[in-house]
Amino acid sequence: MENTFETNTGEYGRPTLTKQKQYALNKELAQMLKGGVIMDVTTPEQARIAEEAGACAVMALERIPADIRAAGGVSRMSDPKMIKGIMEAVSIPVMAKCRIGHFAEAQILEAVEIDYIDESEVLSPADDVYHIDKTQFKVPFVCGAKDLGEALRRICEGASMIRTKGEPGTGDIVQAVRHMRKMNSEIAKVSAMREEELYHAAKELQVPFELLKTVHDTKRLPVVNFAAGGIATPADAALMMQLGAEGVFVGSGIFKSGNPAKRAAAIVKAVTNYNDAKMIAELSEDLGEAMVGINENEIELLMAERGK
Amino acid sequence: MKIAVLAVQGAFLEQEKAFQKLGMETIELRKKEDLEADFDALVLPGGESTVQGKLLKELGMFQDLKSRIENGMPTMATCAGVILLAGTLTNDSRTYFQTLPVSVTRNAYGRQLGSFYQEGVLKEIGNFGMEFIRAPLIEAASPECTILGTVNDHVVAVRYRSQLALTFHPELTDDLAVHRYFCQNIVNEIDSMP
Repeated sequence: MENTFETNTGEYGRPTLTKQKQYALNKELAQMLKGGVIMDVTTPEQARIAEEAGACAVMALERIPADIRAAGGVSRMSDPKMIKGIMEAVSIPVMAKCRIGHFAEAQILEAVEIDYIDESEVLSPADDVYHIDKTQFKVPFVCGAKDLGEALRRICEGASMIRTKGEPGTGDIVQAVRHMRKMNSEIAKVSAMREEELYHAAKELQVPFELLKTVHDTKRLPVVNFAAGGIATPADAALMMQLGAEGVFVGSGIFKSGNPAKRAAAIVKAVTNYNDAKMIAELSEDLGEAMVGINENEIELLMAERGK
Repeated sequence: MKIAVLAVQGAFLEQEKAFQKLGMETIELRKKEDLEADFDALVLPGGESTVQGKLLKELGMFQDLKSRIENGMPTMATCAGVILLAGTLTNDSRTYFQTLPVSVTRNAYGRQLGSFYQEGVLKEIGNFGMEFIRAPLIEAASPECTILGTVNDHVVAVRYRSQLALTFHPELTDDLAVHRYFCQNIVNEIDSMP
């Protein structure tokens, strides 16, 4: 059938779902992750530390962004065996990255029944024109975006969750802040437009009118929006939450720091109580060394510029 | 009537909005001090039970809420919330409130590819479209529980005294029937008891 995915036969089976319903369920999984922290992990051991510390999901990858940046070269999807090892180690959802436009990698991740695919600019892009047609997949996708136009283009292609791109592997929050602020101000602008102005705005942003109209009517993105890229401290996490993020991804910030378990747990609590400065002050004490980090103007490769 | 929604992680906003549509006042429970407010009912939303359970304990809310539930505070739990209430878990050594005499399997339908939507009939509520997201399953319920709904012969909704437990997500639909049932049949009923 054209508009349905074939029946998935798990232990208890499930009815055949239309594509629309599958997409709704995928957006809803992202809703369940809200108010939580998704942590990059490279081994089952790290995954267990992350789960114990209160991660609401983990991102399984061979090298965290800081190491990808340091190593250089082409960065690809991780070994499925390594991903499966992490899926077996924890009970929370597991995400994994594929390269921008690399639908064959995405097919592999779907085949191992990953919970979420991140079509990610952290890896080397496989296609410099097209992103993956995510509507062809049952498994959900999260994609990075620097602004409203990118976010809506990814949603149009089938992404069911958005995150800021930030600048991965730097420990520098400036880009995540810039992307979140830009998104917010563009949403505010679109919300205030008269309907006839939306046609022009859709053209400028290179997005479908209907999607932009949804943003106009609801004053928000039609999917959950997390912050990612450069979050290294509880204060960074609180900053992004106060700027309107619905949750955070922490990549290199945890396992590149002195005391990963403690820092991870502190960031989790800071996301829940992001308005409570007194609590975050306590959480920020004695966390050991934060990742060293590099400033955005000290790096040569801007990952955020990949895939628009 | 004031409804407190556990807001440490997960889809708590959706629950607040649903109750607000029914004219209820809602407050969020994020830390110990939030428990000083007056409230008449408790909502345990969907999300990740491992995160919620850990934060409940570490943010100092666990014992207080456990005794409130034991003392009959009307409590509605969806998905992860059911895991927090369950007496036993078949596939996890972590347990939480243990105020609901049921045994629950976490992620019983598999990973996200096993998530599904199913229409069915809920006793005392009627037809309802149920969203199951990496849902748990109620394997067995004590005879004291009233079974309100099953899907493929598996229990998806039970009531035990003032606790209502649902393995699906009524807060993700526009249908407020389950929320209305909770307000009318559990919160009010308890209120009018001597």
